[in-house]
Amino acid sequence: MTGSPLARGWLYSEATEFAHRSGACYCRGFRRWVVSDGPRADTHSNNNQEDIMAVYSTNEFKNGLKIMVDNDPCSIVDLDFVKPGKGQAFTRVKYRNLKTGRVNERTYKSGETLESADVMDTEMQYLYNDGEFWHFMLPETFEQYMVPMVALGDATQWLKGQETCIITLWNDAPLAVTPPNFVELVITETDPGVRGDTSGGGGKPATLETGAVVRVPLFVNQGETIKVDTRTGEYVSRVKT
Amino acid sequence: MSTTDTGDDQSDESVTDSRSVTDAFLDWRPGAPLSNLRARAALLARIRGFFAARGVLEVETPTLSASAVTDPHLCSLQSRYTGPGFPAGYTLYLQTSPEFAMKRLLAAGSGPIYQLGKAYRDGETGRLHNPEFTLLEWYRPGFDLSAMMDEVETLAAQVLGLTGRFERVSYRELFRRRLGIDPFETSVDALRDCARRHGLSRSAELPLTGPDAWLDLLLTHFIEPGLGVGTPCFVHDYPPSQAALARIRSGPCPVAERFELYIDGMEIANGYHELGDPEEQRIRFERDRERRRLDGLPDVMPDGRLLAALAHGLPDCAGVALGVDRLVMAALGTKSIGEVVAFTLGRA
Repeated sequence: MTGSPLARGWLYSEATEFAHRSGACYCRGFRRWVVSDGPRADTHSNNNQEDIMAVYSTNEFKNGLKIMVDNDPCSIVDLDFVKPGKGQAFTRVKYRNLKTGRVNERTYKSGETLESADVMDTEMQYLYNDGEFWHFMLPETFEQYMVPMVALGDATQWLKGQETCIITLWNDAPLAVTPPNFVELVITETDPGVRGDTSGGGGKPATLETGAVVRVPLFVNQGETIKVDTRTGEYVSRVKT
Repeated sequence: MSTTDTGDDQSDESVTDSRSVTDAFLDWRPGAPLSNLRARAALLARIRGFFAARGVLEVETPTLSASAVTDPHLCSLQSRYTGPGFPAGYTLYLQTSPEFAMKRLLAAGSGPIYQLGKAYRDGETGRLHNPEFTLLEWYRPGFDLSAMMDEVETLAAQVLGLTGRFERVSYRELFRRRLGIDPFETSVDALRDCARRHGLSRSAELPLTGPDAWLDLLLTHFIEPGLGVGTPCFVHDYPPSQAALARIRSGPCPVAERFELYIDGMEIANGYHELGDPEEQRIRFERDRERRRLDGLPDVMPDGRLLAALAHGLPDCAGVALGVDRLVMAALGTKSIGEVVAFTLGRA
């Protein structure tokens, strides 16, 4: 199993454990996590189709480039070329660790290389969750991906089903989920509205059908549907249903 | 810390893409505001006025030369002439500085000279770098290092409108004060350890060869950012291994008679008490070529015309090269070279 791109990832143990229990398997040939009804195929242990990792030299570095740093997928967020007139050239790189979100800085001698990270953003539809994994589907192929809770983070509070999300895949394993910028959800609980108040100043907390709590204007009532900006967690407007 | 605000983030692909649609979508506008370009022109005029008042002759030497530079830290761009005289083509190198040609003028008896022109360096693009940049270079027969620093100070103070003396600190004292190490006496392991203590990650893996590369790292990462901020600062008396084309002052602790001027954390100027000994120059060329061999860099033939000029006799002189784009940056307080150059690499 060494040599598998997943062998380096934190997801591997979780995913294989799940695979053993549920009959899901990671098919190297398709580079997809798929759920199968049959017995688990042992395709990933005797596979001679090695992944060919691209390598970037410092001259190829640019913002947004996905690279591997200490076995973690990272994205370059800032670059600086430093060189004394008559001295050694360096490339200083600020990068975001895509697993932890932390930004760090490193220095490379000009001409050094870094392994690329096989990271891509894919639009998928959220189907349901089983308490442990969130299930998403590629709309074109109906292929399903199981995303562990840790990769969703705060995204869970905005999802009720059917939403199209951006799934960031690393070696085809889900790394992060970005919910739609705006979602429409029903208020399941909030204090009764105050008659005549339309200013919206102050506001009150409202619990939504997904469990998220947002501040809404006083005139918004329980049972109404509201539009929320998931990037800020703020109320946008009421939605006529 | 960004290369994107130089305007150089317009990658080749995007340019090609735009072209394939229609030229109308090409970003044709200058990256620098016109007000900055006017300030730049005024600064160039002040520089010319300064030298005219001091009787220093303006000269122009070829930017295309048959010889390249041997310095392993500099990479020349190449061009090719084909035509009368050279039916099969003739390789010409864009000059990384006009130094060799200007020394030939000095050897021919020109007296004090200056040149304000373009220099070219392959591989250098960033917040403070553009592969094509404007260099002010001048030579003063009879000046020593200290007299040359005085003149650089007078010029920089005049064009930047500064009053008050610049700081002067030796390379050794600078490293002692800022990092607590002696740059002349410290081993590679100790320099690497110093970098690690100051917060450099992966100090163990960084594949730097020799103490000078580590000193460059310490200087650029932990000293330069605050150097010459508020008051410009000269750093002088470099390790002999970093002499480049400077004389070495012998003594119990030999030093290279070289200085650098820093303003606002930027390296602005590099000056030497110029090496005039042709034999010593030949040895340094060979040492550069050996370094290139070890580093896997292309070999460069020494400039025979420079050696011939030195053999004829270079007057005892000091010289300095000053980055004009960065001087304009210091005058305007801008953060990147793209704000003071009309069209940097991505727009050229």
